[in-house]
Amino acid sequence: MTLISMVNYWAVIVLMMTGYYCMIVRGNMIKKVIGLGIFQTSVFILFISAGKVNGGSTPVLRDGVDLYSNPLPHVLILTAIVVGIATTAVALALTVRIREAYGSIDDDDIDAAAEEDDRV
Amino acid sequence: MSSITELMPFIVLIPLIAGPVCVLLPGRGLPWLLATLAMISAFIISAFVLAAVFDGDTLRYAFGDWPPPVGIEYRVDAANAFVALLITGVSAILLPWGKPLVDDEVPERQGSFYALVLIALAGLLGITLTGDVFNVFVFLEISSLATYGLIAHGRDRRALIAAFRYLIMGTVGATFLLIGIAVLYILTGSLNMLDIAERLPVNEGSRALDVGLGFIVVGLSIKLALFPLHHWLPNAYTYAPSLISALIAATATKVALYVMLRFIFDVFGPAYSFTALPLAAGLMALAIGSMFAGSWLAILQSNLKRMLAYSSVAQVGYMVLGVSLTTVSGLTASFLHLFNHGLMKAALFASAGLMAYRCGGLGMNDLRGIGRQMPWTLTGFALAGVSLIGLPPTAGFISKWYLLTAAVDAGQIWLVGLILITSLMALLYIARVIEIAWMQPRPDDAPAVEEAHWTLLLPVWVLVAANFWFGIDTRLTVGGATRAAEALSSGALP
Repeated sequence: MTLISMVNYWAVIVLMMTGYYCMIVRGNMIKKVIGLGIFQTSVFILFISAGKVNGGSTPVLRDGVDLYSNPLPHVLILTAIVVGIATTAVALALTVRIREAYGSIDDDDIDAAAEEDDRV
Repeated sequence: MSSITELMPFIVLIPLIAGPVCVLLPGRGLPWLLATLAMISAFIISAFVLAAVFDGDTLRYAFGDWPPPVGIEYRVDAANAFVALLITGVSAILLPWGKPLVDDEVPERQGSFYALVLIALAGLLGITLTGDVFNVFVFLEISSLATYGLIAHGRDRRALIAAFRYLIMGTVGATFLLIGIAVLYILTGSLNMLDIAERLPVNEGSRALDVGLGFIVVGLSIKLALFPLHHWLPNAYTYAPSLISALIAATATKVALYVMLRFIFDVFGPAYSFTALPLAAGLMALAIGSMFAGSWLAILQSNLKRMLAYSSVAQVGYMVLGVSLTTVSGLTASFLHLFNHGLMKAALFASAGLMAYRCGGLGMNDLRGIGRQMPWTLTGFALAGVSLIGLPPTAGFISKWYLLTAAVDAGQIWLVGLILITSLMALLYIARVIEIAWMQPRPDDAPAVEEAHWTLLLPVWVLVAANFWFGIDTRLTVGGATRAAEALSSGALP
């Protein structure tokens, strides 16, 4: 009963760990950015879950409804999503530039090239 | 009094509005001029704001007349005003200094470059002034995103890698902060710092609250570059353009420390923070780790900027060490070092920037024997280095003295030895640069180097002079730091 009712929080934890793992372990920069996106999204879900009121309807004024979910977390997360998009965009732009400068977007290749730079 | 309250938000708004205007300005002169004027006017306002709150008052400004906790408010006491004064002051001095270096390193599209500088500074100032936790997150991301872009402007291609890795780590840090804020919101239903502090169930032993505090402290420790989370910092500082290295070294980590203190002391309250988690012991261990690892790695570096970057990690250790003593005098020492370190690192990175400008590189081999060619720059570097080591009569001595006194007062006399050892390590790596630049002969095949123009030297020497001034006249720094510590702890600490 409690396990099922907490399913959204379990989803948050699974997504958070997936994204985090992806960011740390994957050498490919695009995969790192994808991991970053999953990681951030999990926090958005955590926030939105907090705004849910049991039995509450969507926060839109209607006749016959007087219990609403809390709209504030949605609004906050709208801002956070914009921040997340900006972060992803900057990360992808940097990836493009790295690809131009190094000819690769893999951590190992780039580390090798950077060591080459250090010696020069 | 009320007019100052009305003016206070403009410390953030001026650079935030001037930023986009900068993008539209053509050429090289106009964007720079606008950026400099914006930071000078923000500096003047911050000076008035600090004067207004110096006696323990708090300025509150509710945006759009929505009273808190519904609306967003800026709440400024001595702690914020002190940090804001450092950021605006250092940037107002460094922007005129950086003009020829930026012309050299970022020749094209300077409008957008200065726009990023202004937005990064506006973000830092926003974090400093706001009294709303979600606003802290948004401004943290604004300033971080602009900083990633600025670091990627470095000429070396490794700057791109440094920016990307900083982006990954920085976003993890900011997202951790967001998780902590989510927990605070779930528990209290409020985002206003003062309101949260009143509503938090600190006496009920809530596990969620402990987790929230943990996430916030770890997230901000990444931004703060506290050992062992400092990994992004050395490369970011090394490959960024000179102006950016100097600016972010003097401001970004300090703001992260300030926010962490604001959360620990004002939002959670010291009574809860230091009992729920072994925060004092943990911060002390990490601070000592920072001091030793940073100093040791700084000794090993063969690039001057990288050496200064690792030295920043060590200096962050001193600031956090003061906090971990959990006394008002320790907190005062932290704030004092936060301000003084901003001054000394700005001076050191500024003179290093001049060396890079004239020599082309900052490897120790490039610097061999340049002391005779660039005596004014190297003397400035040496004097700022004296402040970093902490010899009297410099600002660095004052902050170390207060830190030592605080350690003794807290009964941790063994810390005195550790602080002295790491100061000796600082002496080693600063003396090595002096030795290479002054004592060794210039290699015959090295290109001729000439002294930087006096307009470039003047800001460096203003910063060096500030280091000595605040080592002798400590009314502003010690007074400000004491008031800041009192404002944060509000009598809850011994």
